[in-house]
Amino acid sequence: MSSIAMPTPKTWISARDHSDSLRPLALAAPLLLLLLFSFGAPIVALLSRAVYEPTIANALPHTIAALRQDSGAGVPDETVFRAFATDLKDGQAAGTVYELAKNLNTRLPGVRSQVLRVTRLAAQDPAATKEAMIKAAPMLGEEKSWSAIRAGTNRFTSFFLLSAFDLRWTGQWTIGTVPADQAVFLRVFGRTFLIATLVTLATLALAFPLAYLMTNLRPAIASIVLVLVLLPFWTSILVRTAAWTVILQKYGILNDLMLWLGVTSDRIELMYSRTGLIIAMTHIQLPFTLLPIYSVMRSVQPSQLRAAQSLGGRPFTVFRRIYLPQVMPGVLAGCLLTFILCLGYYITPVLIGGASDQLISNFIANYVNAELNWEMAAALSFVLLASTLGLYITMTRYLGLDLFKMG
Amino acid sequence: MKSVCRTNLLALAGAAMICQLQPVGAEELTIMATGGAWQAALRQAWFEPFAKKAGVKFNEQEYTGELGKIKAMVETGNVPIDLVTVETSTVLQGCDAGVLIRIDYSKVADRSRFLPGTALDCGVGIDVYGDVLAYDTSVLKEAPTSVLDIFDTKKFPGKRAMRKAPAQNLEWALMADGVPIAEVYKVLGTPDGVDRAFKKLDTIKKDIVWWDAGAQPPQLLASKEVIMTTAWNGRIQSAIDQDKRPFAIVWDNQIVEYDMIAIPKGAKNLDLAYKYLAYVAQPDVGAQLGRFIPYGPVLSDSTPFVPKDVLPKLPTAPDHMKNYLVGDVEFWGDHGEDLVKRFNAWLAQ
Repeated sequence: MSSIAMPTPKTWISARDHSDSLRPLALAAPLLLLLLFSFGAPIVALLSRAVYEPTIANALPHTIAALRQDSGAGVPDETVFRAFATDLKDGQAAGTVYELAKNLNTRLPGVRSQVLRVTRLAAQDPAATKEAMIKAAPMLGEEKSWSAIRAGTNRFTSFFLLSAFDLRWTGQWTIGTVPADQAVFLRVFGRTFLIATLVTLATLALAFPLAYLMTNLRPAIASIVLVLVLLPFWTSILVRTAAWTVILQKYGILNDLMLWLGVTSDRIELMYSRTGLIIAMTHIQLPFTLLPIYSVMRSVQPSQLRAAQSLGGRPFTVFRRIYLPQVMPGVLAGCLLTFILCLGYYITPVLIGGASDQLISNFIANYVNAELNWEMAAALSFVLLASTLGLYITMTRYLGLDLFKMG
Repeated sequence: MKSVCRTNLLALAGAAMICQLQPVGAEELTIMATGGAWQAALRQAWFEPFAKKAGVKFNEQEYTGELGKIKAMVETGNVPIDLVTVETSTVLQGCDAGVLIRIDYSKVADRSRFLPGTALDCGVGIDVYGDVLAYDTSVLKEAPTSVLDIFDTKKFPGKRAMRKAPAQNLEWALMADGVPIAEVYKVLGTPDGVDRAFKKLDTIKKDIVWWDAGAQPPQLLASKEVIMTTAWNGRIQSAIDQDKRPFAIVWDNQIVEYDMIAIPKGAKNLDLAYKYLAYVAQPDVGAQLGRFIPYGPVLSDSTPFVPKDVLPKLPTAPDHMKNYLVGDVEFWGDHGEDLVKRFNAWLAQ
């Protein structure tokens, strides 16, 4: 890929001299615009949910105004409760009080029905006192509820991004970790990176010798091997994952085979385990690692290696000092591609992985689809995107890999 | 009038939905349900008879029961469906998120005719199902007698499957730990109670295979991946009746739940949707579903219309209602999000 030399006619070069760098940009403009509008804008809009959360601010205009007059921390006085009752009554009329209840429930687990109860009270009895409201919703008598409400009146929030790192505000200016039984995301991010690393190493271990073999086979046989590699590449990821469940399950082909051959004496659990997950992911990712390596290996001239040997280089030295530096860009590109794709794996962990093999995408999907907590999903996506970009930049800058030049 | 799809910032999330042009003249009702044996039964019991009676065209769509898809439709202002089937806790969630409309019961039926907890603000109950234990009689020599036997790894060694959610599992864990059924939700409402439930689940954690979709339990039993599984009673009964599987259901300590139907905000054929809800809420019509899948009616006056041979298979059969718990929707509305997070953290440990 990298070293294919393009014949460059003189006319082409001269035309290029006159035009500026805008020309390639103009040619790519339709694609860039499409990407910007169909991918860029929605991604930014969704990610902005991680920090922009106006539900409480929109639902409680009177309360915010009253809280500004209030002296500060703690449970506020009667006027704030009056304003809160007005907001709840308005919210019920507008049908937005349920959203408020859900939002407060995210910040203060278990208060949803209390909010709805105090709303009914406010709607029925416009003169409900602070005492009556606290009786209907005991959480209103607690200091931490009001500090959560005060925090929520700010349209911009760090709550979700902090949660993505298992952190929370413990005081006005202090950040602490969430309780151990609620801490989940750091572990999941760690697991996602671990599995991506393991799969990348496994694909590399398989792809490197295979690619080397393919470059040295006769062209006819090499193309057959290439088709065999590409065949699964053209098959849907869902089909391949389903096929692996047939192979890996307890009464599946692999277990039958191993029992028959006498390799194992008992059926082993490969489904719903990390071993099974890594086997399936390695198979699915193999072409992504192999193809860049293969394309670079093909461009290495065998005569160079022979020359090196004729100058007295031992096979290992030739490999290390002549061959490896030349194929390294392909190896890094293949590994980076596989690693990044593994970070976003979703289907295979759902179908083959066990409960403790779910990757970060599974949690994002859960927050989008089941929990309807899109703010949390956006925060997790943001962290995933940022770490992927960070990894890409590190690889290109410090390891000298340039994927744009590769193509 | 909008002639083109409204492009919105959330277009990406809504990309799965295709803009639909409304045909002129013909009345159409579009319903989205959770598929499988259940949706086939809904079709035979209610969709087709209603379409014939009301002279409308019935469109069906399938989804996995998650609210995210409906929320994306509502937020992009493009709602191609009129009715959607959901779980009870999802009705509360959809109500809270402003995704489902509040039902005007004067257009459906007298609210007092529904069993308690089945006529909610944003959703109307359509059937009663049981969370039960199922096993393969050809695998287990000794039959389990209670759902709680799933916690007995000494007597029943091997993998067992449970739904990948805290709901039901925490209730069963407390029951197995000796909490009387009447006090399950009271105990689960305290931090100590939650700890106690998770501690009980810890004892079988390494033996559990987790399932997500209702079709999985019969598959897990059939592939002998597990020796027993929690399941929705109808899915197991379908496997017994239609696929002739040697499965059996254990009813003792079942948890009774309701399926609901709701109208998403922005549904285009609102009148027709209400007409359908009123149709299904008739006593004789409400009893029809049981003929096709053994789920019971939610209307108190439907019972006489349930066929005699269906009754013993229902979760509401007198024999099955001796030792049972009714799932508490309000509890899960309040604590669901918190407990799901705790559950996920527990799974990840």
